[in-house]
Amino acid sequence: MKIAIPVDEQDLESGVCPSFGRAPYFLFYDTVTKESYFLDNSAVASQGGAGIRAAQVIADHGVKALLTPRCGENAEEVLSKTEVLIYKSIPGTVQQNIDAFAAEQLILLSDFHPGFHGHEK
Amino acid sequence: MKQLLILSGKGGTGKTTIASAFIRFSGAKAYADCDVDAPNLHLIMAQGSEPKRTDYYGMPKAEIDADKCVSCGLCKANCRFNAISNEERYTVDFFACEGCGVCEAVCPAGAVSMKPAAAGELMLYSDNNKAFSTAQLKMGSGTSGKLVTEVKKQMKVAATPDIELAVIDGSPGIGCPVIASLSGINMVLIVAEPSISGISDMERIIKTAETFRTKIGVCINKYDTNSANTEKIEKFCLTKGLPFTGKIPFDPEAVKAINSGLTIADVDCPSGSAAKEVFRSTMKLLFKESDGHSA
Amino acid sequence: MKNKSLKIAVLSGKGGTGKTLVSVNLASVAGQSVYIDCDVEEPNGHLFFKPTDIYQQDITVKIPVVDENLCNGCHKCVDFCKFNALAFIKNKPYVFEEVCHSCGGCLLLCPEKAISEKEKTIGKVQKGVSSNVTVNTGILNTGEASGIPIIKKLLNESASDKELPVFIDCPPGSACIVMESIKDADYCILVAEPTMFGVHNLNMVYDLVRLFDKPHGVVLNKCLNGENPAEEFCMEKNIPVLGQIPFDNALGSLNSDSKIAARESERFRALFYSLLETVMKEVRHETTANPQR
Repeated sequence: MKIAIPVDEQDLESGVCPSFGRAPYFLFYDTVTKESYFLDNSAVASQGGAGIRAAQVIADHGVKALLTPRCGENAEEVLSKTEVLIYKSIPGTVQQNIDAFAAEQLILLSDFHPGFHGHEK
Repeated sequence: MKQLLILSGKGGTGKTTIASAFIRFSGAKAYADCDVDAPNLHLIMAQGSEPKRTDYYGMPKAEIDADKCVSCGLCKANCRFNAISNEERYTVDFFACEGCGVCEAVCPAGAVSMKPAAAGELMLYSDNNKAFSTAQLKMGSGTSGKLVTEVKKQMKVAATPDIELAVIDGSPGIGCPVIASLSGINMVLIVAEPSISGISDMERIIKTAETFRTKIGVCINKYDTNSANTEKIEKFCLTKGLPFTGKIPFDPEAVKAINSGLTIADVDCPSGSAAKEVFRSTMKLLFKESDGHSA
Repeated sequence: MKNKSLKIAVLSGKGGTGKTLVSVNLASVAGQSVYIDCDVEEPNGHLFFKPTDIYQQDITVKIPVVDENLCNGCHKCVDFCKFNALAFIKNKPYVFEEVCHSCGGCLLLCPEKAISEKEKTIGKVQKGVSSNVTVNTGILNTGEASGIPIIKKLLNESASDKELPVFIDCPPGSACIVMESIKDADYCILVAEPTMFGVHNLNMVYDLVRLFDKPHGVVLNKCLNGENPAEEFCMEKNIPVLGQIPFDNALGSLNSDSKIAARESERFRALFYSLLETVMKEVRHETTANPQR
């Protein structure tokens, strides 16, 4: 299956980007073929709604699982409706996260921060 | 690197006075001013140095090419923000334009285009191995969470790996810029003012900060201007289980210090000594073993 | 109907300088008057006035609604939206209401006319009475992006053909909501603190009022003995100083209990009345010397 990880650099040995919506790149990885490719995140230039747009990109690429340290409510809404599972990434490199996911060691992300428009629940 | 954010909800409570003192007490090498509407921290922390400046681009703004314009008026009729007028020719009001692109889409003559517009300026001071990041939003620009995000990013990128603490002077209010500044923070220190409006704004900001599940501490500035309200705030913290990290008295020496470009930590004064105690309690809370919040 | 009332906007570069103190107290000593709180994110004026007989109106903006039956999945709306308020989920557009800026572009562009609009409440305006003052308050719901529609309503509502002075309590700063608040003002009072920060912030709103060509003057607040950098700034730039409010524990105390100083104490009533007289003299002088509109 295809998974995605927000990254600061196009390098499997770099760390996971602390932001999802404004990560400079996404890594797409196929757990079966072990192939991967990086994509520039078009949402990074957005004034607002970056999480929504980033989530749209993820969903449009047929991703089944996103590994990220944090995620906003709006992005979560897009991802859950398009059936993308969101896992909490671990500190460490991108490769370490890929391995942890394959070994089923990651847990699902359960808290989502409000959108940058101060949306209160 | 642990990040401490100082917020207040209400303006004028003393965030910058306290943030600058904390930077002195801790010798922090990484700090940022997220009040991009009215940045003040650089007036104390960066006198005389020249920063690296970068333009910040917000929403593009529409521009009408008079040569191509056929004066059909469709742009004006469809603009929801009253940003287009036609006194002598059709023109876009730079400040009212929100960059939605509707005018560009409806123009039959291709006379409207969206042009990048500088909405502010980012500044980075990195002399003496420090990473001090700040920015100034241009007049009339929409309040921006994105610029705040850029300020924090600029600080993180410039900070050397040995830096343990970053102090962030937040912006007032509860909107976009505040939410953006809360992302990725280890602890929020809320500076409260002992007035009815100050308490009301403090409650709103606590509600906002709570949704981020970071550590929260509360302190009171100018507490002796109203001891009844000060007591109210302390009781409130007790009931809600919010750590109270101390209180600082009103001090004319503080004003003198600031006017001379010094922090209250640089001069011997009552507010400075009280701020040191608040600093100690805040640091203790910040560096206490946390709840696994990822950096 | 020609609006003959004098509109005086009170602004400052930063919160906490005394905009509300000045606008609330000036309105209180001005006989019959109107007070408008344009600081819709953190309205405080009503805490002082405690107005009664409140008449309330919701303020709404238009939000798109997609008719899934008519949608052909062309993506045009999602691709167009500059604010990323539309996402394509399971082949249908989904609207993120709090991110939407109500520009109406998506419905204009939909080739199937599948998008219509609904009204969404973003806040409210309240009109009440506190003795001699008609109090207008705007409140933006937490989470909403822009208070401009609320400010527009507040300023329209208070237009009257009576010659009552109008005091507009502006939001802090110089962003677009401040510009909206001073658009129709006849005169701007800039409130400044006697600190280095205060001057820096004063400079920002000074630039703003000059950009909009508004006659203006400064009120120095929280004045202590000793240097006053804000006063020096005014002298340098030839800005009229309308008055000085001293730093005063009694005033601070009343203010922090949300009491209107001019109503509580004769000393403060006199102080603000004298300030009002200076302001009115200056306003009349400016508006007759430089008639606008």
